Amino acid sequence: MSTDPAIEKQTAAMKRFILWVPLAIAAIFFGFFAYALYFGNSSPQQRAIESQLIGEPMPEFALEPSLASRPGLSSADLATGEPRLVNFFASWCVPCIAEAPQLMQLRDAGVAIDAIAVRDRPQDVYAFLERWGDPYERIGADTQSEAQLALGSSGVPETFVVDGDGVIVHQHIGDIRPEHVPEILAALENAR
Amino acid sequence: MIAEAGLAALWLAAALCGLQLVFGVMALRSDGSGAVSAIRPVAIVQGLLTLFSFAMLVWLFLRTDLSVELVAANSHSAKPWLYKFSGTWGNHEGSMLLWVAILALSGSLVAMFESRLKERTLTATLAAQAAIGIGFYAFLIFASNPFARLSPAAPEGRGLNPLLQDPGLAFHPPTLYVGYVGLSIAFSFAVGALLTRDVGPTFARAMRPWVLASWIFLTIGIAAGSYWAYYELGWGGWWFWDPVENASLMPWLAATALLHSVTVLATRDALRAWTIMLAVVAFSMSMLGTFLVRSGVLTSVHAFAVDPQRGTFILGLLILYIGGALALYAMRVGTVREGSQFEFVSREGALVANNLLLSAILGIVLIGTLYPLGVEAVTGEQLSVGPPYFNATAGPLALLLVAAMAIGPLLRWRRDQWRNVMGRISLPVLVAALALMGLVLLTSPIGILPMLGLILAAGVAAASIAPLWKRNLRRTPMFVYGMVIAHLGIAVSMAGMAFESAFSEEVLVAASPGETHEVGPYAVTFDGTRPVAGANWTAVEGGLTVQRGEGEAFVLTPQSRMFSSPQTETNEAAIRTAWNGQLYTVLGSSDGAGRSQLRLWWKPFVTLIWLGALLIALGGLLSLIGRVRRERRTMEREAWA
Repeated sequence: MSTDPAIEKQTAAMKRFILWVPLAIAAIFFGFFAYALYFGNSSPQQRAIESQLIGEPMPEFALEPSLASRPGLSSADLATGEPRLVNFFASWCVPCIAEAPQLMQLRDAGVAIDAIAVRDRPQDVYAFLERWGDPYERIGADTQSEAQLALGSSGVPETFVVDGDGVIVHQHIGDIRPEHVPEILAALENAR
Repeated sequence: MIAEAGLAALWLAAALCGLQLVFGVMALRSDGSGAVSAIRPVAIVQGLLTLFSFAMLVWLFLRTDLSVELVAANSHSAKPWLYKFSGTWGNHEGSMLLWVAILALSGSLVAMFESRLKERTLTATLAAQAAIGIGFYAFLIFASNPFARLSPAAPEGRGLNPLLQDPGLAFHPPTLYVGYVGLSIAFSFAVGALLTRDVGPTFARAMRPWVLASWIFLTIGIAAGSYWAYYELGWGGWWFWDPVENASLMPWLAATALLHSVTVLATRDALRAWTIMLAVVAFSMSMLGTFLVRSGVLTSVHAFAVDPQRGTFILGLLILYIGGALALYAMRVGTVREGSQFEFVSREGALVANNLLLSAILGIVLIGTLYPLGVEAVTGEQLSVGPPYFNATAGPLALLLVAAMAIGPLLRWRRDQWRNVMGRISLPVLVAALALMGLVLLTSPIGILPMLGLILAAGVAAASIAPLWKRNLRRTPMFVYGMVIAHLGIAVSMAGMAFESAFSEEVLVAASPGETHEVGPYAVTFDGTRPVAGANWTAVEGGLTVQRGEGEAFVLTPQSRMFSSPQTETNEAAIRTAWNGQLYTVLGSSDGAGRSQLRLWWKPFVTLIWLGALLIALGGLLSLIGRVRRERRTMEREAWA
């Protein structure tokens, strides 16, 4: 223990200085956070996910008809020279009900729509279309989700826009809501 | 009407919070005794109002009211009720409301039950709690209103992130939040004590149960999160050093240090400034965790509902509270009288070592978590810091910490003699030496860290029980049992980790149907795959017929699932638990020619990791009950005297 007042004063000053160190460290961290928030290039908006299938031709598949009254669907049916929609749906899928009016609206606008019914029974598909409207030209029965897996689709509903050569130009994941209709019409127009 | 009721309650609670702050400041500036007596009821009503508000949100989710934006965006009418319920906090706004509700409720609990603190310090504490509250209310009401209406109502909801549709995860966030936000009380206590310069054993005894309770919840939350990641993410590991995992580990490390230093302060009136510092750091780490998860500055598998605007708001709150508390600390702590002195070889000394090691580990984790951020700021390069860094740096320190933990409880308070200490630790050392011999003789060489881990685990297990040696077990206080069980839990967890990393067997094959592969004690036959579908996913499911020795064969069905919104692939591991370990199977992709990738792990004694964590939490619980009971008895005695 020193009794020299000068040294004592110095140690006291040192002590007081040390007390501010935690705040200084915190300030440096705050600076980094602010920098990362405003200038970081990992902000989530820039990480849009795009399907790898866009620009690729439809993978090959051939599905039995789901309803006896209508043809089934194979990948060969999709290169018709005109752009069209392929809609994955199922009678057990609740968002598909929400989507039904928009599909009807698209059909009324002259869009050709084909369907793939995923893991469904004919009588249920029939009842679903009776109740919620029937916008489809062809309906393939994908009883084992094989076509769905082949297309890399992961759930219902999901909709693909296919151009006249059978190439996928747009993928819509989830139900088509009213605000999505113009987007889909634009994709169809671009595919022409 | 339900949404409006919830929002109104929230506004009212915010207003009361402001009132609480004003009363607190008034009471501290003058001797306004009216303000002092009014502050408790205000805090209690504020907590009840937020609880009501949160209950309204739960109700909206349970009945899937699609005219509320949050419900429409995160729920779905066809969801099982459990996920509707947990969907309440499975999103940004709901989880922030839960956060604020817990914050306000813990304030109410302090107002209701705290009777140790001096009136003035309690008032300052409740004022500090209100100061934290007001910022988070503002954040909730102005930047994340959970009750916003949607007009017209949505025809159907969008569902919940598939990874979150798991019963384990439904209750993991609330548990963790209680722990996180419970630490706000320690923070407010520290700020209150700095304001009134009242740091001493009474203060420490008052603070301790709150710290213990939050720490128990944090422990359970982290263990549950680890087990969830283990079986749900399908990569076979139990800890990944992911930023979000670290965000929950850092407050735990600080709280563990605080728990021990607060005991030194309560028992020996030492470590005053240090305990205050830790209380500030612990809650700062909670807020930092919230910021990291909610702002999107760090990318992580867990981060959801990220938004830079909200990040800015939370950053503002961080600067205000952490910066404010640290500035107050720097200005005031010099005037807090220094506590008692002690020798290095003493219980206090061991606890200081424990605190320094925990702080060092905390520093390592903090730097490792934020380092990528710093590098990106300086060079623009994106990188991530993985397990090798953390294992190499935090691993050895953790082993040292555990060694200190083994010796600490065997030391006397204030001063002890090395000679006597040696005598007391001879049994644990002997046990560790036996374990070393056993390992060398019976097994093939294993890595140095697992080796040390197993030896230490054996020694620590013996040392943890040692404090009960030669004691009258029926008269031993409950908190001593608590400590014994918690320390034993550390040994158990550590043994699990060491076993897992030393003796796991892994088989990775491209299997054709009919093939059999051996892993650990099991023979696994691949029966082929089939597609399956759930409500919002499709999957490929593998069939595995498993035989252990002569035992009866059973079937495991790991799945590789694909979800649509957001597009994710998850691996549903299939796990079989036996008394001595787990068989962990994962189905990978198929090669198109009928063969599928299979990952099989035999993980001996891996379950000890979580069993140990439960023991740690149980030990904490026993300590809490023991301490609270003893406090009550002391106070009754004082009341009679």
